Amino acid sequence: MSRGLHEIASGTLFGVALNYQGLLQQRLAEFDQAPYKQPPIKPVLFIKTPNTRNVHQGEVVYPTGVERLQPGPALGVVIGKDASRVSQAQALSHVAGYTIVNEFSLPEDSYYRPAVKAKCRDGFCALGPALVPVDAIADPHQLTLTLYVNNERVQENTTANFVRGIAQLIAELSEFMTLHAGDVLITGTPEGRVDVRPGDRVDVDITGLGRLTNTIVAE
Amino acid sequence: MKHARIRFQGQDHAVTVEADNAVRLADGRLLAEDQVQWLPPATGSMFALGLNYADHARELAFTPPTEPLAFVKSPGTYTGHNQVSWRPDNVAYMHYECELVAVIGKPARNVKREDALQYLAGYTVCNDYAIRDYLENYYRPNLRVKNRDATTPVGPWIVDVADVPDVGNLALRTWVNGELRQEGTTADLIFAIPYLIEYLSSFMTLQPGDMIATGTPEGLADVVPGDEVVVEVEGVGRLVNRIVSETRFFKNNKA
Repeated sequence: MSRGLHEIASGTLFGVALNYQGLLQQRLAEFDQAPYKQPPIKPVLFIKTPNTRNVHQGEVVYPTGVERLQPGPALGVVIGKDASRVSQAQALSHVAGYTIVNEFSLPEDSYYRPAVKAKCRDGFCALGPALVPVDAIADPHQLTLTLYVNNERVQENTTANFVRGIAQLIAELSEFMTLHAGDVLITGTPEGRVDVRPGDRVDVDITGLGRLTNTIVAE
Repeated sequence: MKHARIRFQGQDHAVTVEADNAVRLADGRLLAEDQVQWLPPATGSMFALGLNYADHARELAFTPPTEPLAFVKSPGTYTGHNQVSWRPDNVAYMHYECELVAVIGKPARNVKREDALQYLAGYTVCNDYAIRDYLENYYRPNLRVKNRDATTPVGPWIVDVADVPDVGNLALRTWVNGELRQEGTTADLIFAIPYLIEYLSSFMTLQPGDMIATGTPEGLADVVPGDEVVVEVEGVGRLVNRIVSETRFFKNNKA
């Protein structure tokens, strides 16, 4: 099941930051100040490089010398057909399906510079357990995301709180870069990221998509 | 030796480059430079450096960084030698950036700078175009500025490390329509290639085909449709690109 997902979703992993209303609202006052000067105009994007790929039930390495590590529960949208300059109305016809993403990161105090050191470490992007076809999800904007650490519920939100919905993201991104078949759009992590430690079991549950499990191990 | 990837009669080939940029296919055929479509010579992730030349940092009124400022580019933005890049309609400032690129040859994790060159497949050249109108102060430089379709020419080839004995002292030059517009030297790099490999591999594994674009010196200027832009790194390669309009690019690239 998991292998099928990783064969299909083998392209670039594009992340969207600040795509939950609660997270954006928390930071808006700060975003009027330097170095930001104004709130973001377009989607705030980052790339999870291929070395970050990880799987359901995979181990996530807690790096030596790092003080804090945080899971990032997110809905993953897997592109099924190249999308260049598509309208919002056409956008979902370019989607193969959905999966769960756990976008691990060191804490982000600042959004000013690219977060390569925080986000591009080996194994910091778990995907799985499966690719759920687009037709199997009635409304991708009504899904509950729940994060469990050692079976305790520690973070919960809903995709109803997106700043930008899936169709709008695909339309805005594909205006300047083609989303290729196999690319994955990581639609954002909500506010309230928590810290995890070596030995922890981390699960992300999204309505209709199952549960993505990873364990944290010391380097 | 120079190694390239080209497309010929609908097939992709790994080739070596000979005199006058003729390419030798694995089956022995020799094709002229203008007979083939040049592809990017590597297709991994690109780690591009911002503000890595002291003069350029000054030009942009920035204090030189104390830690490398790296941003990531994905393969969709690459294009090859002798291809076109597009300028969006209604923007004020699109500029070229001539850069020396180190190409990773084998997985690199926790590599010390004195060992770094052993991890290279070789060197190439890129033109790291930017659309400055779209700069925002979030993950700056943001993807809309730097990760646009076909807006990062790379190539023409990868040259072996042994063929570039003094990588710390190479001239970089950019010509627009034959006029020299940018000139610098890798001697002015703030963070040199061995340091960058040590830095990046200290927290992640660099993969074969990944590239480190080392940044650009001062001398940026606007380019417009119709311009021919040539970026050259001495002893590595001369990479040619032409600017077309957004309208023309998408007319030619969509059926």
